[in-house]
This record gives sequence, C-alpha cells and structure tokens, in this order.
Amino acid sequence: MNDNNARRVVSVIVVNEASVLSRITDLFSGRGYNITSLTVAPIPESKYSRLTIVTSGSVRVIEQITKQLHKLIPVLRVYEHEDMVEKEMALVKFPISENLSDINALCEAYNGKIVNVGENVVIVMVADEPKRVDNFLNAVKRYNPKEIVRSGAVALER
Amino acid sequence: MQISGAQMVIEALIAEGVDTVFGYPGGAIMNVYDEIYKQDKFRHILTRHEQAAVHAAEGYSKASAKVGVAMITSGPGFTNAVTGLADAYMDSIPLVVISGQVPMSLIGTDAFQEIDAVGISRPCTKHNYLVTDAADLPRVLKEAFYIARTGRPGPVHVDIPKDVTAQIAEFNYDVKMNLETYKPHTNGNPRQIKKAMEAIANSKRPVFYLGGGIINSNAADEVRELVHKTGIPAVETFMARGTLPYDDELLIGMLGMHGSYAANMAMSETDMVIALGARFDDRVTGKLSEFAKNAAVIHVDIDPASISKLVNANYPIVGDIKNVVNDMLAQSSIIDPQNYEQWRETIINFNELHPLTYYEDSDRLKPQWVIERVGELLGDDANISTDVGQHQMWTAQFYPFSRPRQFISSGGLGTMGFGFPAAIGVKAATPDKTSINFTGDGSILMNCQELMTAVEKKLPVINIILNNNFLGMVRQWQTLFYDKRHSETDLSVQPDFVKLSEAFGGIGYRVKTKEEFDAALKDAVEKNIVAFIEVIVERFENVLPMVPSGGSLFNMMLLEKKENK
Repeated sequence: MNDNNARRVVSVIVVNEASVLSRITDLFSGRGYNITSLTVAPIPESKYSRLTIVTSGSVRVIEQITKQLHKLIPVLRVYEHEDMVEKEMALVKFPISENLSDINALCEAYNGKIVNVGENVVIVMVADEPKRVDNFLNAVKRYNPKEIVRSGAVALER
Repeated sequence: MQISGAQMVIEALIAEGVDTVFGYPGGAIMNVYDEIYKQDKFRHILTRHEQAAVHAAEGYSKASAKVGVAMITSGPGFTNAVTGLADAYMDSIPLVVISGQVPMSLIGTDAFQEIDAVGISRPCTKHNYLVTDAADLPRVLKEAFYIARTGRPGPVHVDIPKDVTAQIAEFNYDVKMNLETYKPHTNGNPRQIKKAMEAIANSKRPVFYLGGGIINSNAADEVRELVHKTGIPAVETFMARGTLPYDDELLIGMLGMHGSYAANMAMSETDMVIALGARFDDRVTGKLSEFAKNAAVIHVDIDPASISKLVNANYPIVGDIKNVVNDMLAQSSIIDPQNYEQWRETIINFNELHPLTYYEDSDRLKPQWVIERVGELLGDDANISTDVGQHQMWTAQFYPFSRPRQFISSGGLGTMGFGFPAAIGVKAATPDKTSINFTGDGSILMNCQELMTAVEKKLPVINIILNNNFLGMVRQWQTLFYDKRHSETDLSVQPDFVKLSEAFGGIGYRVKTKEEFDAALKDAVEKNIVAFIEVIVERFENVLPMVPSGGSLFNMMLLEKKENK
C-alpha cells in the first residue's frame, strides 16, 4: 500500500448542513487531489452525514487529505480505512432478449438479482466489493448491457 | 430582545468589543448601514474601494491583535473584497467580513448585484456562512468571531440576504461556544515536548526557525526568553520580523529567497531545526530536498495540517506556540548554552563573510539607504507597512524592527495594493505611532484612492514611494532570468505623485538627495497629514542575496564586493 498511487478509502463524518459537500469537493479540487468515487447520506437519527471517498495517493498525500479535511469546520471525524468491509452496488440494464437465466446466475454469484422487468429491458442489481463489481461487469459484457450505474463504495472499519 | 437582523449585526459587533469597522455601503447591505448611522458605539471608516476596506481591517487586526471587521455589499462589492479575504487567509489574519446579499426570494435568479458569494469565498476563508434566517444570526456572528480568532486564525465571511437583515427575531448573544466539530489543540503533548527538548540538548548546531505563528500567538516575549536561555541562534521568516529585536546577538537574520547569507547558511548547516509557528513556505525553503538536509526537525504549530506538509517533522508538536514555548522554558535547564559556542562562532563568521549590505555607488539614492534612514529617525516609534515587491524585501532586510506587530505586510499572497490601506488600518489601531508605508511606484497606484479615506478620517499615513520607474521585482527577474527583456515593466510614464497627493488634500514631496529626504520626512511627521514622499532611487538596484526560485538555500546570488560602502 506504499506506492504513490495506491487506492485509499476515507470516511468523513460531517454536520449535515448546506454546502458541506461543496466544502469537501472544493478542497479536493483546490489542492489537486483525486476523487475516484464519493457517496454521501445522512446518518440515521443524528445531525451528521457520512461520506465515503475513494481516492488515491502516496502516504504523505493521504495524510494531508485527512488533515485538511479535518480542518474544515463542519467535519467531525475523518478515518482512513485500513481494515474494512467495503461494498458497492451496481445497477445494469440488459435487453430482455439476452439469456436471462445466465444473467441471473451471474448476479447471484455477486449478491444480486433481477430487480425489474420491463417490456424491452431487465434491470439487475449486484452488491459486492468494488473489485468484484468490476469482475461482474466484465463478465456480463457479452450480454450487451445498455446502461450501467455504480453507486460508489461505502465502507465500515471492522 | 426582538430586533431586526440589521440591529443584530450592530449588537453583535458591540458585544465583541469592536471599535472600528471598515466598509463601503451598497444596496443589499443598506439595512445594516441604516443601523450604523443610528449608533455611536463604534466608528465606521469609509474606504474608497472594498478591497481597501478588507486590507485596512487586516492592518488594524495585525497592529492591535484584535479581530478586524469589514463590511461590504453584494455582487461587485463582495468580489472586490475577495483579494483581501485571500490575503488574510494566506497570512492567518483574524477577520470577520460581513457582506450583503440579494433577498432570499431572488437568490439563484441572477438578480441585480447577485453573485454566489459563499461559493467564491469558500477556498479563501477559514469558514463562511450564508445566513437564511435572522434567528440564526446571533449564533452565526458569535461563531464567526470565535472561529476567526481561535486556533490558526483566519478570515470568516458572513453573507446576509437583505430580507434577513429586515427580519425580526430573538437576539440572545449569550450563546456558549462549544462547537462539537471545531476544537483546536492548544496544549502540546508533554511527552513529545520532553523528547524534543532532549533532542535539542543532544544536538550540536541547532537553529530556531521563527515564524509568523509566534506573532499571532502573542508569544514573542516567551520566545525571546527561550532563545536566550538556550543560547541557540535564531532565524526569522518574513512574517516573524520583530519577534527578536534587530540588534539581538542571537538573531542571525531573515532566511529564504532574500534572506541573509548567514541565515541561509545556518539553515543549511544545522543539525536541528526548531520550527515555531512557521510553515516551510517555498520562498523560505528553496529546493526542498536540500533544505536543512542534515537536520532533525521539531515542528510546533497550532495547525496539524502544517506539520509534515512539506518537510517531515521528527518531533511534531500540535499546540499554541505560547503554551508550548512555556512548557519548553520549564525544561530549558537541560540545555547548556555553552555547547553551542562554536556554532555561534561559525554563524558570526558567516555574517562577516557576507554581511547584509549595499553600496552607495549611484548618483541616485539607494532604496536601502532610505529604509535604514527611516529606521534611524523613527525606529520603534513607527509601525511599518509595505506593499509588494523590491521595496518590501528591502524593508524586511534593512528596517530595524524591535517588536512584534511593528511590521505589517502581505506575505503569503503577495498583494500589491495592500500597503496603503493596511497602513490606514494600522494608524486607526495605533494612533500614537507614526504609520509608514514603504511602497513602490507600481504598488502605490493599486490603491491610491485611499488618499481620500486617510484625508477624511485624519489618518495621516506617510507613504514613502521608492520610485525606480520600474515594476522592480519583475524587472529584476527579467534582468537575471529573461536576458534583460524588460517586458511591460518599464514605468517611465507616471503620474505626478506630489500633485496626486495634493489633489486629495494630502501633502507631497519629491526628493532626490539625503538632505531633501530628511527634511521631507521631518515635515510630514510634523504636519501630521497624509503624505506621499516620492524618492527617486537607483533604477537597476537588485534585491540581494537571492536564491533563484527552486534553487538550494546555500546557492545564493550575492552582492559583488567593492572597496568602499
């Protein structure tokens, strides 16, 4: 994990208030850090929200990112994850004419299933580690996916 | 107490003990200005440009150690003020800047004089607020002052829509400041301080690297004591000038791009850097990989993000300089000043080899002479502001600063046009001191409209314009690094600075000799009105020593030695 562009996952707990998200994203763009993915949602029964940011950089860069994030007034806590459970969801749309039983079998291998069936398309959902979501998306290429959406990763320290 | 949002602003300023507000009215802030008209608890100084209002608030804050306050309207009023916000952010100056905004119902409609002010100020403030309900105003204003002055100080921007300033709500300023997400560490880790002190005791060639954080923390007295108890020589950054008095035998000098030979050599040869409230800026370090190459680093700073940002700290200590230095003082007996005898000797030799000096080898006055002369004549009685450029570096090099907060200049952002309005703020804060602004023929034109403010409010700033008919610092780089192609830096065409000052009701002098200069300065101090003293100086004088951008500190361009001074 020591190379200069290693993947890092950072969780940030922030006060759920106006413009807090732009404070975070402005910090990343202003200081030249990279955001691979970002998810955000309120923490139930609290005034806080939790962001999960996937980024990359050297140990020094990631140390600066966590310190700079912490400097923002509405930020309560910043974790850089080391030992975490990490999941990401993807929704994929296939033509209904594709081999649905094959698709369904693949989905099941990645904690997923068919979630919607329309006149011309089916929509499937998978939820797994981001790397495994990559694998799934590779595997289903042959079934001509029409649209793919990924949620970005969420993570919890073990 | 049920009052309007505009009244709340006034009440909050009074509760914070604000005695001076710098500003410029306009449509969206008119409700607040109406309340300013009705009160007599603080004075309002009308600058002639919003940028100048913020710089004046910065000068006021730096001279007084209080939070500076500026007030402006929406749209162009606010965008004009942005340079001031950015300047204060870079130099960690505590400000509260209040701007008007279009009414809530018009936000997002591209209304007249509407701009996304908090969107613009976000990257150049410590924090900012768009207040959408007058009920939030007391808390927001109290937080703004609290955040501005605590931790690493900085500017806080509060944007208030016009209808919110008219809205009536409950005002209670007795809110306890306990921000769950903002708790600056002010006390250093005792174990870490102990380890650092032991490391200093074991070092052979330690150097104190003193930064602007000492001034912000009002810790110059403690630092002076620590330096003298330990007998360890010290270099100052530009921002720390005045921490040690100019004639202190342990002060090596200023380091960095235009630092003295001895300071830069000491930094290159040291085995222990003790950084107090300094941030290893590129103008200080030169080439990072060569900076204090053989030294361990102790880094004390209130901002954890400053530590190990550029240079890895072996002993990171997060805390307020004053507290940490007091803890260090308590343990200073383990350090024997005699151990550094030889090291101090070495530094004296550096200083003798290449002292900070200049030669009077021109028909015209040398700018350095002018600065030294003001120092001789006014010394401690003057507060010194500067603009940005050659004159600024010469002031930092040659003025005999004897106390913290005597030197007020734009360090991090390097804002031309800062000096004059800042000097107005300085004069407002410290009326008993002469307020000098050293400036150049380039910089002074960037806020010369402030002559009007200084005349109207009787804030007699003396502007000493070191006129070389050049944008001197850029010209110097062009001479040295662009094969003398002086692109757009020749300022041969100029206003009549004497008449310019007189047109506003100030006084003006044009001087070419030492005698004329002495007479002009004496006259300006006596007349006690705003002055321009234009000094015709040598056109091609360079600021030396100089570490070329990105070069190593020990590779300095030095003054060529001549026979007589």
